[in-house]
Amino acid sequence: MDTARGVLSRRGGLVFLAPALIFIAIFILFPFVWVFFLSFTNQTLTGATAVQWKFVGLANYRDLLDFSKWMHSGEFGNALVITLKYVVGSALIGQVGLGLLIATLFNRRKGILREVLFTVVILAWIIPDVVIAFAWVAYLDRDFGTLNKILHIFTPAQIDWLLEHPLESIIVFNTWRGTAFSMLLFSSALATIPPSYLETAEVAGASAWQKFRDILLPLISSHILTDMIMITLWTFNTFTPFLLTGGGPAFKTELMSIYTYRIAFKYFEFGRGGAIAVVVMLVNLTLALGYLAILRKQAVRT
Amino acid sequence: MRTRIRPLALLALVLALSTIVAACAQPSPTPTQAPAPTKAAATSAPTTAPTAAPQPTAAPVALKMTCRCVEGGVNANLVKWFKTYLKPEFEKQAKAAGKNITVDLVEFGGSDEELKQQYALDLKVGKGADVMAFDGFWVPEFVAGGMLKPLEEIGGPDVKSWEGWSHIPAGLQQLLSYQGKIYGIASGTDTRAIFYRKDIFEKAGIPTPWQPKSWKELLDTARQIKQKLPDVTPLQINAGTAMGEATTMQGWDMVLLGTGIGMYDFDANKWIASAPGIEQALNFYKTVYVDEKLGDARIQLLKDGRNQSFAGFRDGKIAMLVEGDWFWRSVLGKGSEWEIPNRDQIVLWAKMPAIEPGKGYKGQDFVTISGGTGFVLNPNTKYGKEAWQFLAFMNSKEALTAYQDIEPRTRVRDDVPITTDPVLTAMGKALMPLTTVRPMLPEYTKISEEAQRMTERVVSGEMTPAQAMKAYADAVKQIAGADKVIEVK
Repeated sequence: MDTARGVLSRRGGLVFLAPALIFIAIFILFPFVWVFFLSFTNQTLTGATAVQWKFVGLANYRDLLDFSKWMHSGEFGNALVITLKYVVGSALIGQVGLGLLIATLFNRRKGILREVLFTVVILAWIIPDVVIAFAWVAYLDRDFGTLNKILHIFTPAQIDWLLEHPLESIIVFNTWRGTAFSMLLFSSALATIPPSYLETAEVAGASAWQKFRDILLPLISSHILTDMIMITLWTFNTFTPFLLTGGGPAFKTELMSIYTYRIAFKYFEFGRGGAIAVVVMLVNLTLALGYLAILRKQAVRT
Repeated sequence: MRTRIRPLALLALVLALSTIVAACAQPSPTPTQAPAPTKAAATSAPTTAPTAAPQPTAAPVALKMTCRCVEGGVNANLVKWFKTYLKPEFEKQAKAAGKNITVDLVEFGGSDEELKQQYALDLKVGKGADVMAFDGFWVPEFVAGGMLKPLEEIGGPDVKSWEGWSHIPAGLQQLLSYQGKIYGIASGTDTRAIFYRKDIFEKAGIPTPWQPKSWKELLDTARQIKQKLPDVTPLQINAGTAMGEATTMQGWDMVLLGTGIGMYDFDANKWIASAPGIEQALNFYKTVYVDEKLGDARIQLLKDGRNQSFAGFRDGKIAMLVEGDWFWRSVLGKGSEWEIPNRDQIVLWAKMPAIEPGKGYKGQDFVTISGGTGFVLNPNTKYGKEAWQFLAFMNSKEALTAYQDIEPRTRVRDDVPITTDPVLTAMGKALMPLTTVRPMLPEYTKISEEAQRMTERVVSGEMTPAQAMKAYADAVKQIAGADKVIEVK
């Protein structure tokens, strides 16, 4: 690493950074400290403990980790396991897999099909949540949904997707919703690979799978890793499935974010909600640190 | 790489900017409502200033009222009453008195639970409409949280001297009270029963009028309908968390009271955390939704289930639905989304039976439970006196008489002509002597939510009745404290 002096002096740099730092302090640091503080109290929004709250030590955390009930519906363990399934299913397998597939198939290709596909995938990514959620509810509805109308050609069964397959439904939904990011990242990474590599392989008689496995994959592996960590973080905190299922039926799609929301803003238990938020932040922090460590490693390598 | 990145970055920038612009462009929580009065005041001020100058300062007062009500949707009659009577009449009377008061309605289309959530957040930050539709059982937890104030503190001395108090029976004044102080005026009380469709019963060969005398008779009727008409859901009785308090009142309480106990023991002043009755009630749910599928469990689990239960009844897909009299007069009534035009001919009602005759709450043969909703004043209002004036006007003899024409009901005032609706009269006569109420305690809502979860765990098949009761008992002990709980073996 070179330590050449920049254009600005240290103090000049700080002055330019100050607005950002103040914003970070007010909107990120302060709430963090506040939530941490709340998590040791029994404060609520309504009821007597809204006014006369007191410190309860680790009681909120003990309650979260009460293993006699934590896998019951609507409890912490239940939400954690659902979130893990959701992240692995929709982010790591769904978005990365589909993004990689599309990017590879259309690598170095032009044409109308590519343009249409890319546009559609990106559209799914940029349309506002509420609009998307409404469209999906209409799509998956048992009686009037488009999906069942299409399936009706093949089978008379009427499937209530959000009721019978709630978690699978939101996994497919989120895959569809977020593939664009991975796809764009991978296709730009693939574009940086010199064409001569692939041409040489072709001359040597390599199959498509061999080219993918031995040339493309190793060369973009660092991008894949970066992508995985970023979308894991995003997916872990996503709230949009709430608009489809409300966390139900019977808490079967209650992700951590929805669980936190329910405890803090539906049941008005700020203390318990704070404890959950702190645990979620710790998970996020771990993921983010892992991400930074890997980035640093990559920076050293290149 | 560089050229590829650029459009992405540009896109990100555009997105970021547009969200900032969107955030800045939002002036208030109710953008469609808020600017109207100020704009009118601003534009009219310069033109009327010269002529209005000699008049003493009649500063415009803009009041807002909110309720779970939507034109042509839920509680449509309330909107109609507001728009055709309350607003024009009140503003006219204020004008005649030399005051410039406007009152507007903020229609809230979400569920009762969402409305409560909105209130809690609004009141916490010192906002909200001046007059708010309120469910009586919310009062204790809001008062304990310091978010509501007694009417007299907000409205001033006018409150005490209001002529209306002498016309509202003491029991009804208590509906929106807590620890001896009055926080709002109730619109009335209600009762619950089984509503059933005569046309379906006839098709299934069941003679009407019908009145089951035990759970077995009720279930046998449902079985007969299921056998004769496989496309019809015989019996829907609320369960699950999605329906919120509608599960506790129309579902859980109605079943549990039939076993001889309620959720709370009013003699011992303790919550009943576990008892044979709770398990019997859960087994009833299991029979209906899991074992025999006499009811449609999906309606109880889906987010939008309650509206689906209304639509199912309207469309003749549900034969029996346990609901409050609100269902009869508002949901199925004229102008509603779920209106049944020939309601009076094809919808009948029956009392909810106890498990066996004489085994119900207080040894009764039949059970029901009552609640009450009404309107409270927001302690954050800038116009306490005017807000009270409006609330008093809403509950004047004239205003309630006008409401009777839109939605007949037993009104709180004894000087308002009684309803001409024979069904409501009969329900009141038969059920009021049998009824009971919820405990007015701040912890009620939390325990109610646990009861909803308990029914959901059985209906969804996650737990057996015994397991669900155990989880409920643990939760109740944690919420109320172990010394405030009874466990009956």
